[in-house]
Amino acid sequence: MTVEPGAILSESVLQKIEAEAGKYPTRRAAVKSALRYAQAEHGWINEDVVSAVAEVLNLERIEVFEVATFYDMFYTRPVGRFPVRVCTNVSCLLRGADGIMDSLCERLDVEAGETTADGRFTVFPAECLGACGGAPMMSVADDYHENLSAEDLDAILERYR
Amino acid sequence: MDAQATVTIVIDGREVEARPGSMIIEAADAAEIYIPRFCYHPKLSIAASCRMCLVEVEKAPKPLPACATPVADGMVVQTRSATAVEAQQGTMEFLLINHPLDCPVCDQGGECPLQDQAMGYGQGFSRYREGKRAKAPLDLGPLVATAMTRCIHCTRCVRFGREIAGAIELGATGRGEQMTIETYLNGNGSVDSEVSGNIIDLCPVGALTSKPYRFTARPWELLSHSGVSPHDSLGTNITVQTAHHAVKRVMPRVNESINECWISDRDRFAYEGAECDDRLTEPMVRRREGLAETSWEEALREASAAMQSAAESADAGLAALIHPISSVEECFLLQKIMRGLGSDHIDHRLFQRDFSDDPAAPAYPGLEVPLTDIEPLKGLLLVGCNPRKEAPLLALRIRKMVSQGGMVGAVGPRALDANFDVAVQQCVDPSRLPGALLRLVEKLGATDTELATALQAHPAKNVNGDGPQDHALAELLTQAGSDGAIILGQNALNHADGAALRLAAAKLAQLTGMRLGVLAPANSAGAWWAGAVPHRLPEGVPSKGTGANALEMTDHNVHTALVYGLEPAIDHADPVRLNAMLERAQKVIAFSAFRSAVPDQADLVLPITPYTESSGTFINCNGAMQFSRAALAPRGNSRPGWKVLRVLGNFLSLPDFDYDDISQVSEALKTPPAVTMRPASTDLQNPNQSANERAIAQEAFSLIGELAIYQTDPVVRRSPALAKTRDGLTAKSCRLHPEDLTARGLTEGSEIQVAGGHHRATLQVVADSGVTPGCISVFLGTLETAAFGADVALTIKAVD
Amino acid sequence: MSPICEIRVCLPPEGVDSPWTLASYRERGGYQAWERVLRNQTPREEIIETIKSSGLRGRGGAGFPTGLKLSFMPRDGVGQKYIVCNSDESEPGTFKDRDILRFNPHQVIEGMALAGYAIGATVGFNYIRGEYYEPWQRFEAALAEAREAGLLGDDLMESGIAFELHSQRGAGAYICGEETALLESLEGKKGQPRFKPPFPAQVGAFGKPTTVNNTETLASIPPIVRNGPDWFAKIGVENSGGTKIYSVSGHVNRPGNYEVPMGIPFRDLLVLAGGVQEGRALKAVIPGGSSVPVVPADTIMECTMDYDGLAQAGSALGAGSVIVMDETTCMVEVLERISYFYFVESCGQCTPCREGTGWLYRMIKRIRSGAGTDEDLDRLKSVADRIEGRTICALGDAVAWPVQSFLKHFRHEFEAMIPSREAA
Ligand SMILES: Cc1cc2nc3c(=O)[nH]c(=O)nc-3n(C[C@H](O)[C@H](O)[C@H](O)COP(=O)(O)O)c2cc1C
Ligand code: SF4
Ligand code: FES
Repeated sequence: MTVEPGAILSESVLQKIEAEAGKYPTRRAAVKSALRYAQAEHGWINEDVVSAVAEVLNLERIEVFEVATFYDMFYTRPVGRFPVRVCTNVSCLLRGADGIMDSLCERLDVEAGETTADGRFTVFPAECLGACGGAPMMSVADDYHENLSAEDLDAILERYR
Repeated sequence: MDAQATVTIVIDGREVEARPGSMIIEAADAAEIYIPRFCYHPKLSIAASCRMCLVEVEKAPKPLPACATPVADGMVVQTRSATAVEAQQGTMEFLLINHPLDCPVCDQGGECPLQDQAMGYGQGFSRYREGKRAKAPLDLGPLVATAMTRCIHCTRCVRFGREIAGAIELGATGRGEQMTIETYLNGNGSVDSEVSGNIIDLCPVGALTSKPYRFTARPWELLSHSGVSPHDSLGTNITVQTAHHAVKRVMPRVNESINECWISDRDRFAYEGAECDDRLTEPMVRRREGLAETSWEEALREASAAMQSAAESADAGLAALIHPISSVEECFLLQKIMRGLGSDHIDHRLFQRDFSDDPAAPAYPGLEVPLTDIEPLKGLLLVGCNPRKEAPLLALRIRKMVSQGGMVGAVGPRALDANFDVAVQQCVDPSRLPGALLRLVEKLGATDTELATALQAHPAKNVNGDGPQDHALAELLTQAGSDGAIILGQNALNHADGAALRLAAAKLAQLTGMRLGVLAPANSAGAWWAGAVPHRLPEGVPSKGTGANALEMTDHNVHTALVYGLEPAIDHADPVRLNAMLERAQKVIAFSAFRSAVPDQADLVLPITPYTESSGTFINCNGAMQFSRAALAPRGNSRPGWKVLRVLGNFLSLPDFDYDDISQVSEALKTPPAVTMRPASTDLQNPNQSANERAIAQEAFSLIGELAIYQTDPVVRRSPALAKTRDGLTAKSCRLHPEDLTARGLTEGSEIQVAGGHHRATLQVVADSGVTPGCISVFLGTLETAAFGADVALTIKAVD
Repeated sequence: MSPICEIRVCLPPEGVDSPWTLASYRERGGYQAWERVLRNQTPREEIIETIKSSGLRGRGGAGFPTGLKLSFMPRDGVGQKYIVCNSDESEPGTFKDRDILRFNPHQVIEGMALAGYAIGATVGFNYIRGEYYEPWQRFEAALAEAREAGLLGDDLMESGIAFELHSQRGAGAYICGEETALLESLEGKKGQPRFKPPFPAQVGAFGKPTTVNNTETLASIPPIVRNGPDWFAKIGVENSGGTKIYSVSGHVNRPGNYEVPMGIPFRDLLVLAGGVQEGRALKAVIPGGSSVPVVPADTIMECTMDYDGLAQAGSALGAGSVIVMDETTCMVEVLERISYFYFVESCGQCTPCREGTGWLYRMIKRIRSGAGTDEDLDRLKSVADRIEGRTICALGDAVAWPVQSFLKHFRHEFEAMIPSREAA
């Protein structure tokens, strides 16, 4: 089965993939970037994305899928528009990450791992995100929010619409 | 190699010589000191991940994996010290915590390295109290059964696909404890490579097992018999395993010079065909009501009577066709009978269409380059050859060659969907194939004046100037020189202008110093050497008479026709003409293992056994003569063909037919000399007018006809498992270039009516950009398609 | 007693406006070393020697002498070589590289250029953990500035010397911080560590000789080349040259990064970080990121924060990630969390790690839920022992050490969770 990548990925994504592939001696080295760009466009790594990325980088789909399932930041099932990752690792745990997680889930009316009814957020418990100096912390999409308290959460979430 | 090419290490107190750079485990294996292992396999890359092979190495602070630790002079290794054993036990404990321990219901039970090593290195009780992991089953198609909960993540199967098979189908997804061996979108991705069954042997636990074999026997009940697989010309060494009077499975037998430790799926699963219900078990004779069972005595008497009178009759008398899957003994005895009765009308070249170069032909077809010398080749030219489907293990050798930097060029009627990189690919309409080769001959500097004549006789003259890839191909050939080889496959061998192709290839080999080869089907080499061709007696001696070849025969008025091991409606280039010939014959004698393979015209049916129930010798593409032992007693009253022929010889009172033992038959033949494919002359003058001058109707598509991988002989054709593979399922389809499809308003998957000179059929159409535009590819070898074999072009039309 | 204060070598001085810009970096002497090398075509060996005698050791965790590592690269001029910066920073408790990238990206670029030049690499890659979006943006902006200024590219300053540099983002996998997993990931594969030998200096990125160094290690190189090796060596202590950024987190009043001389007493570092939160008593410290053994309060209070000091305390400097735990901390809970981390981050190839991490985590979880038995404690230790030293990469050790050390120092807390025998 062959796919036409242009029917799945936008021209700008295809261009970005080419630019990235140009940096390395092998096209394959661009696979994480390609998946990231494609995911930004499609929301998650669906079958079409796997096929298109495989086609563009001259890989088999299983090779792309292996990569997509190895890394936490690729979603192989649908997720909310803004993934929320609450660090629950040691340094954050010591400074109240559990409380943040609980109150976030309560506010969004979800369990950990679930997506809000409006499709905006999916809440993930996360491993250390490298901001332990600002514990407890979480990331929403690409942004870090540090030194959290339960009271801050509403205002932060408001920024993502 | 320089002289100081070894180092000395001490393993368990024994001094062992080892190659520098080799791993401890290799040295230990060579010294027959067993180190437990799961992920290590000598033919695969080193993963060093299962950690079962941990050993103690003096001065190393911790146990080291023997599979990945290079030897060093003076190294002292302990494989059974307290430290080593503790480490091995540790690994074993980890492997077992998530393993189901369902040995009593597991197909691997009794031959399971995990089970065996658990006995040797396990603890006998489990300290694991937590929940066990379970994995969803995986559908890998008709050949391989799975129980993924048993998987121990050694990744041998994954590495095999990527490194050996060149089919990236299985992967290890996810990470950590959740790592899963699967295909992409389970079910959507069965394993379809021609060698996928090898993962069954590679899997050290019962996660991947043989689907056809599953639950039919336990390993300790099986009896093993060494055989040779007859389905292609490699002579793959196999072990046929039987229980309860049936073949249960076929496994590889290691032979580094031929198949290494692999076998193709065809070699592995074809036995199912031999075990089918369609088997003939009694001789039969035509009575007024039709065919009726009879005794061997009567059948042989009738056969000899018919053959005697044929020999005495005025017309063409006696003619015999024999399938090349037959053994050397069968070919030899059949031709001995024929010649004893004064007939040279015998042939095994069922699909060949051009015989004009017979007088100049070498003693038998094969590859001048030994299989083991393919890997170091610099260049390989494939002419109308698709190794992946014709001889799958040859393709694996070519893969190795390519991974070492060798370059493959291909000229043929369609692009190869190969499991190795093809550097230069020249796709031409079949009618232009000789021209394409002759252009290369010209480019490589043939100054012969005959070249001009030859070029004129072939449609290359219609091509202005060069083909697009000519330059690159010529470059490839010159650079390879004597480190190169040319291999002609099915599409060249059976081409309507086959003689011109063979000649051009020989000329190319002469000009470049490349070695030459023909990949002929099955035991063709044995059939030639045994004299099952009209113009040669055994051992390549020219025959005095003028026998008819497989195609000419069909035009004769034959008195008695012998069809041996073939299905006349399928196994011939022109089954329609063959059918007419059988129709005209007074008597038709069919030697067959299968009821449904017997032609309607048969007057006598002699039930012979397939190779699983018959011993015999096979000569492979490198001239190696190998003996294959019968694994089972004949079913019912069927008998091994060589025995039937021997007794028939006695019935005919022919001299020298008193063989007591099969070995006496093959001993009558000398071992064949090394393969040489050089024809007696490479004078390019080709008196034959090109068959391709035949006009092709405007609307017609040039036919690319070839045997599908699982339709090559009556045995494989009857294997239900192989029929369900992708190759099996698509055997009854036709392929067109997508542009041709669009131009005709057809869509992939739709049914179209395909028509040739004598035959029409409704086939599913597949879009295949590898097919040369203007051509249609049809797999022969099925009842629906075989009759197209005689055509040069086909017309198509949509079915509404 | 001298006042405890920071010495900033890898982090920019405090109070500087937009320290990540080229202009700001140049004001601090940035790129002088690189330009001097380009101008003088300094012999490569000289740079390696300078780094060797500075006493710089790898800041990524293992503390391997950096100059020595650079000298492992093949000397012959033929073939492509690479310098790779490890900015994957995922070890729990570590957050220093993030700040270097955010606030001082040019120094990483200059460090990579110098190290690349020293080993004969004309191309470098900085592998930045996927979650670090802002740091990656800053680094990319700095790359653009450096290219624009003719500090990266071909034939720099008409010296005939070329150095090109790219960043690649990770995608969320701790194991990609392990250098060979990083190389696999860089090549577009799953981040599964490679068995060594061969080492990256022989077969590294894309099959070519490669040196991998941590961000902080590479950021230390420009000031060393600029100010000389002695200057750097003298900041630190014997065997541990220079400054170190300590990422202090957990129960302290002022968590954060503190760049101070190597060998600073833990006591002083604690003061810098504002002391234990709410004036509580210190219970224990994990001094080098979650992978290193935990050290009880009384031992750590007497300890200096350098390779030798922490080794004497039965632990390791690791990445200098200091996780402080006060008297209220439940050590079983902390170990459960740490074990869970390794369980979900194991790449899955080695049997002991793939199977053992889950086993450990489940046992600890069961103990914490009150369903543990006496045998479980010995079994924890024995399972950890069977992972340690038996795997392809050091993650196996990282799994084992916390379990072993928590049990050694805080066994009573685990025992307290096991239902009493008479109840059983
Ligand atoms: C499981 C594991 C994770 C690691 N993570 C990191 C990391 O995030 N950053 C890092 O610089 N080194 C990490 N390392 C160490 C690297 O393998 C490597 O030693 C280091 O990047 C070398 O750089 P250096 O010599 O400058 O310290 C890790 C090692 C292991 C075993
Ligand atoms: S120790 Fe664990 S993380 Fe490291 S290579 Fe082995 S399985 Fe992967
Ligand atoms: S056989 Fe050596 S680690 Fe698997």
